[in-house]
This record gives sequence, structure tokens and C-alpha cells, in this order.
Amino acid sequence: MELIWQGITAALKLLATGDAEVIGITLLTLQVSGTATFISLILGIPLGTFLALKQFPGRRFVLSLVNTGMGMPPVVVGLWVSIFLWRSGPLGFLNIMYTPTAIIMAQAIIAAPVVVALTSAAIQQTDPKLRLQIRALGASNFQYLWLIMKEVRFSLLAAVIAGFGAVVSEVGASMAVGGNIKGYSRVLTTATVLEVSKGNFDIAIALSIILSLLAYLVTLALTLFQQQRQGE
Amino acid sequence: MPTQIPIRSETLLKAENLSWVKKNKPILQGINFSLAPSEHVGLIGPNGSGKSSLLKILSFLETPTRGRLTFQGENIPRPIPLELRRKIAVVFQEPLLLDASVQDNVATGLKIRGLHREASRHRVQEWLERFGISHLSKQHARSLSGGEAQRASLARAFVLEPDIIFLDEPFSALDAPAKEALVADLASIFAKTQTTAVLISHDFNDILRLTERTVILLDGKVAAEGSPSELLHFPESHPIGKFMAHWQKA
Repeated sequence: MELIWQGITAALKLLATGDAEVIGITLLTLQVSGTATFISLILGIPLGTFLALKQFPGRRFVLSLVNTGMGMPPVVVGLWVSIFLWRSGPLGFLNIMYTPTAIIMAQAIIAAPVVVALTSAAIQQTDPKLRLQIRALGASNFQYLWLIMKEVRFSLLAAVIAGFGAVVSEVGASMAVGGNIKGYSRVLTTATVLEVSKGNFDIAIALSIILSLLAYLVTLALTLFQQQRQGE
Repeated sequence: MPTQIPIRSETLLKAENLSWVKKNKPILQGINFSLAPSEHVGLIGPNGSGKSSLLKILSFLETPTRGRLTFQGENIPRPIPLELRRKIAVVFQEPLLLDASVQDNVATGLKIRGLHREASRHRVQEWLERFGISHLSKQHARSLSGGEAQRASLARAFVLEPDIIFLDEPFSALDAPAKEALVADLASIFAKTQTTAVLISHDFNDILRLTERTVILLDGKVAAEGSPSELLHFPESHPIGKFMAHWQKA
């Protein structure tokens, strides 16, 4: 109990004093996970829409792969991204191993299946008759897709929340491809793991509280936006 | 004596020898159909006779497997150009409103056509008033009653001022008073405007009140056509007479 109390006290102290290192780690975490989520949306929403609306041979197989991807352990993603980004790997020429960019890449791969699967499920749940009605209103292909997106906007926001939640909380991939370099590629999860391994439980608890608060505040903002729009 | 149907020289939409096969099953066979400007045609037939399928083809939502379709005398190219699809409006059995306010729903088709916001607002207001739902314009579409929602759906189609409006059983989900009021309003709108319409209905009274010509579909083929009362009183064959008698009772 004393350990928890110490942790909470240390967290409040770190927040109150505006510890530069913690602020830096927190901002980098936001930046990396936010960018990864954004990239996963750019890739995932069109792909999810395509899978929902297009019939083609092997569609179910692709959907099952995407659904499997939702549960892919981050450490596995980290391993494969590392293999690709190693100097001798296929993408080694990019020279981004152990950089925040590598973490963004790995996290985007983790979040993308979540966004694809939730987008696809949301669009598949729209009434086919409503989709026909949108066509009957004279919509072009782009207008048709736009109106369907608007119909499922709250589910898409849920995909954003789930995607961000998946990446902000993962540690395996960030550790594997980011290297947890102080002041450069250290994010809240990798910093927490490091402090635990060093036996600094009070700082580890402090970081975990900040991480939880960060995840909660971003999710809260998105949820409030979602619910406010739904209530209109 | 059978009643005389006014013969109209010009044809707005014409289908010749249309056939449609879906999943190896023939849905429509050798359909010939024509529609003159300002004409109101009823399309009737038992369930599964191909009414809704024909409506989808005539409204350019599906492409026929065989046959020729002309609009204002011109062959309809495939794929059907967007400009041509935008000359048509369709109202289905369910209102199928979008997750938005009533006025946004009614304005959707105009927005799709790139109409200026101010001009759109004016037209939306006009049609909301004609269908008696202007007081609901700000209300969310999903909070409307069945009758109100179908009025919004009709306003969304009529506001486009399309060359042809297709109505696929638009009253079937409504209770009797809501339906009666809507049919009366629609009859009044038909009388005041130059709307060309095709109506599918299972109610004989709707067809009598809203259309001048009726086409009967049986097993994916046009079995007969004429005025509603002519078809009822002077059926051309036993199957038609049987269907009309059953249909009138229903």
C-alpha cells in the first residue's frame, strides 16, 4: 500500500513540478501514437470500406486475416518490423531503426487491422436498402461513399478510440523498434518497463498513472465528441 | 364499355423487350413499357411478379440483361451516365432517411447535384410545406413517426423535380389514417404539378386515385394494361380476372 501511495505522490510531484523528461516522454508518446493512429485511419478506412462493399473471391479469407490482425501481439509486429528495418533488411536503406519513425510504423501496423475491421463491420451493418436509396438520390461513387461514412461516423469514431487505445498501451513493438533511447525514442510504456526493471517502482507507478490519464483523457475527449454529435 | 385511355403521342421513357436474369433466375421477360410526360402509371401484380425489379431497371438502378431502354427517344448508354440517373427519383416502401435532420435529408439530393445552398433552402422549405412537415424541419429524421418519415422521404424525392418519380409501395408501412392523408396530399400534388410517376401499390384504391393507366405483371411478364377500372371489369383472361378479384378484395 505504501508503494502505491509513494507512486501516486511521485506522479503528482512529477506533474506538479513539470519534470522536463516526463513531459518530453509524454509529448513524444502523444505524437507517436497520434500519428500512428492517423496513418492507420488513412489506410484502414478505405480498406475497410472496400472489404465491406466489394464482393470478390477470397474476401472472407481477407476479412478473417484482418480480424486475426486485431489480436496480433505487438511484440510480434515489433519483431517483423525490426527484421524489415535492420540495416540488412528489405527496408534497411530507410535507416529509421531505433527512431520514433520506426515506432510510428510499427504502431500503425498494430492499429490498422483494428480500424479496418471496425470500419468494415460498421459499413456492413448499414441497411442495403439505404445504400440503394443513396444511389437513387443520384450520388456519384465518391458522394455515395461519403454519405455512407457519415451514416457510420459514430462507429468510425469508435474505431479511432480503439486504434489509439491499442497503440498507446503497447510496449513490445515500441521497445523492439524504438530501442527506448533516453530523450529520443523513449515513450511512456517503454519508460515504465525500464523503471520496473531498475526497481524504481515509485517512478514506474507515476509513469503508469500518467499513461493511464493520457489514454483516458484522449478517449474521454473522443467519447464526449461522439456522444455530443449523437445527441444532436 | 371499357373506358378510353388518353393516347399521348410523345414518350418519355420506353422499354422494349426487356429481360433481367438474376443469379441464373429469369426475373423479367420480354417487357414492353412506355411512359408519357405527366402520366401516372400504376404497376401491380402478385408478390414475386417482378414489379420492384422492373422499377429498379426503369429507374436506372439496375441494368437489364437484354432489351432496349430509351429516354426522351435516346438510347440509354451503359454504364448509365450520372446525369441521366439524376433525372429520376425513387421512393421506397421504407422511408430510408439518413441520420440527419429532416431538412438535411430533404436537401441531400440537391446537395448531391451541387445546387447553391440558398436556392436549395428555398426549395426544401417549399416541399416541406407541400407535404405538411415544415414544422419538423429541424427535427432529427429518426425521431419521426412512420407517416411523417414517409412524407419526408417523398419531399426528398419531389424536391429534385425529377423527370420521373418512381414510388415503390410508399404507403404500405403506414397506418390507415396516415396513409389516407398522404394519398390525398399526393393526389393534390399530382394534380397541381406536371409530375410523371410510376406507382407500385397493393391497394386498389391507391391505384384508382393516383393513376390513369395500370400495368399488370404476372410471372415477370406484362400480362395486361389499361385503365384500372377497365382491367377490373373487363379482364382479358382468366388469370387476370382471378388476380384482379383477389387484389380488389385485399
